[in-house]
Amino acid sequence: MTAALGYDRQVMSERSDAESVRLTRYAKLSETPLQSVVASRRLSGGWSSLRQIFGHREMLDLLIRRDLKARYKDSSLGFLWSLVRPLTQLLVYYVVLGQFLGAARGIPEFAIFIFTGLTIYGLLSEIIMGGTASIVGNTGLVKKVYLPREIFPLAAVGSALFNFAVQLVILIAATIVLGAFPWHAGLLYAFPSLALVLVYGTALALILSAANVYLRDIQYLVEVLTMLLMWASPIVYSWTMVRDTFGAGSVALDVYTNNPVTLAVLGFQKAFWMAGDASHFPPDLLLRMVVAFLIGLVFLFVGHTVFRRLQGDFAQAL
Amino acid sequence: MSTQLEDAVQPGPVVVDIAEVSKRFTIRKDNSLKERIVTLGRAGRQHREDFWALRGVTTEVRAGQTIGLIGHNGSGKSTLLKVIGGIIEPSSGSVSRRGRIAALLELGAGFHPDLTGRENVYLNGSVLGLGRDEISERFDDIVAFSGIGDFIDTQVKFYSSGMYVRLAFAVAVHTDPDLLLVDEVLAVGDEAFQRKCLDKIRSFQQEGRTIVLVSHSLGQVAELCDRVILLNQGEVVVDGEPLEAIAAFRDILEDRRVAEVGSDGVPPRQVARVISGEVSVQGRAPGEHLRPGDDIVITSTFEHDEGIDDWVCAIQIDNEHGQVIYGASTIVSGYQLERLEGRRAVDLTIADARFGEGKYFVNVSLMDFAGRHLHDIPQATSFTVRTEGHSRGPVFAEPSFELRPKA
Repeated sequence: MTAALGYDRQVMSERSDAESVRLTRYAKLSETPLQSVVASRRLSGGWSSLRQIFGHREMLDLLIRRDLKARYKDSSLGFLWSLVRPLTQLLVYYVVLGQFLGAARGIPEFAIFIFTGLTIYGLLSEIIMGGTASIVGNTGLVKKVYLPREIFPLAAVGSALFNFAVQLVILIAATIVLGAFPWHAGLLYAFPSLALVLVYGTALALILSAANVYLRDIQYLVEVLTMLLMWASPIVYSWTMVRDTFGAGSVALDVYTNNPVTLAVLGFQKAFWMAGDASHFPPDLLLRMVVAFLIGLVFLFVGHTVFRRLQGDFAQAL
Repeated sequence: MSTQLEDAVQPGPVVVDIAEVSKRFTIRKDNSLKERIVTLGRAGRQHREDFWALRGVTTEVRAGQTIGLIGHNGSGKSTLLKVIGGIIEPSSGSVSRRGRIAALLELGAGFHPDLTGRENVYLNGSVLGLGRDEISERFDDIVAFSGIGDFIDTQVKFYSSGMYVRLAFAVAVHTDPDLLLVDEVLAVGDEAFQRKCLDKIRSFQQEGRTIVLVSHSLGQVAELCDRVILLNQGEVVVDGEPLEAIAAFRDILEDRRVAEVGSDGVPPRQVARVISGEVSVQGRAPGEHLRPGDDIVITSTFEHDEGIDDWVCAIQIDNEHGQVIYGASTIVSGYQLERLEGRRAVDLTIADARFGEGKYFVNVSLMDFAGRHLHDIPQATSFTVRTEGHSRGPVFAEPSFELRPKA
């Protein structure tokens, strides 16, 4: 009898503590409302998921840091590698296209011109590529615990923005070295450009990341797509060359120009490439950008809706 | 035992409310874009197969309960756990929940191999809903619990799988969850760590936290849970007392085993059969409680239509929790049996049996020398042992304490 009693007595003394802890927990729980777990069927849909994402901003921050840290963790040059690619691209395009093929003859300050386009386009392609792979790449987290899944493509946007910022610093340094810091009102064009890239990039990242879960072909398709998009916008050649080919006022030129990526690249060039005068740019550039931005917002909304529809089955499809 | 019973008496508010939840999985055999385009439209439907992982599951979980989900593989228990966690959305029905949740589904799945343990603790804690300051506050406790020590600043990819899981478990249990979802992860780590995990779960129970766990270890379920939900083919079969649910589960397992044997080409009517098992003790009426020190005689009857030379009579005794307490067989004892043809009975005498207080189940098996079970009757019979209550546990031996004189 004694052994059993001793055990019970010890439990009894701990009981009162545990009891109060337990009752406090129950009381606290009774106050919190029951919330539906099924995200896609919540009434306030899009809005509440925005609120949720905002609530997880600390998590978003950590994920971005993780991506950046983990990317070059075991390399001795570390994050300098993220600059090697664009700088090599710059060198190749400058030498091959500019000098050998003679594109530089029609474009003053060709190096700055190319690097401007590459910088803003690099942001877009990194958002799209990183975003597409984001859900599949975070399989572990997606399958482990519920988080607003939008966080993963958004983290890809975040880490792309970081690399973009570094490249931008180099771009500005280059303009200073070459003696022409773009200190003019046109510099403000950088903002609508950036906004365009972010809106369209995020929308595409959302749709493609979700689609990639179900069809892994998407990530290969995206590689082709980003290559196409690059050559479909005036990065290594100038807009005037396209105008001269298609003819001013032609429908083809309008289609080409109103491509949001083209508009973003043109806007960025207007901001940082001082050598280009007004004849290098299409008329009503700002208006076109505003219209494209508004359409982009609708596209982003659609993209998010698609994402929310598809995300319910992520965990089982992965 | 007593603590769990008292917990069950006073459940708190509803933590999870599950109403009419069904989940359909569509299994597709065409997974690339090419295949999908080729099989577009009607042909595509032939490449799809529907599988209902959950059908009309309705239940609620109250604060402070520890619920075990059991069922064989594919019965939907893990799916139900993931639906509760919000990781999988049900095809129909609703799930609502409150309070902070921590899920131990795939331990350390959120770890990034290239980051150090420290960085992963922050990341993982954040995933489970902790703020940066909260993690910093608990960081030392987490490291101490995991027993990782100086390896905390090493990249996780250099960890052994045990260290990996220990760290992940440590993070999860330090997130102050109201609801803890556990999937088959208590079987990780070395024995000392498992003990630590179980202790942690017990203190969680004391603190009124709610635990939903999936386990194949029925003994563990019986030991930890105060309520068990048995799922079979996506439906709730039993929702109630652990022992009742476990007994029902054993029946399902046995049915399946018999069905599987039948489908292997062996005719459904077995040539080898265990007919019965009976317990008797000299000097006690049938049904009377046994006492430690009794000579228990278990009489089992077997039958074989064609005759068999290499047969083995095996007896196993389980306690209420499904733990094996005793086992004996003719082959282990070295006892020579004659050819079995027609019906024969075997007496097993367990001399001076000293089982502890409780109820015991006798499983009778007919096997061959290769160890194949020809036929079993699980829980063929049972007996109850009464003692003076001087000791606990499955073994009874008279205890006597004596305080030594002062040195």
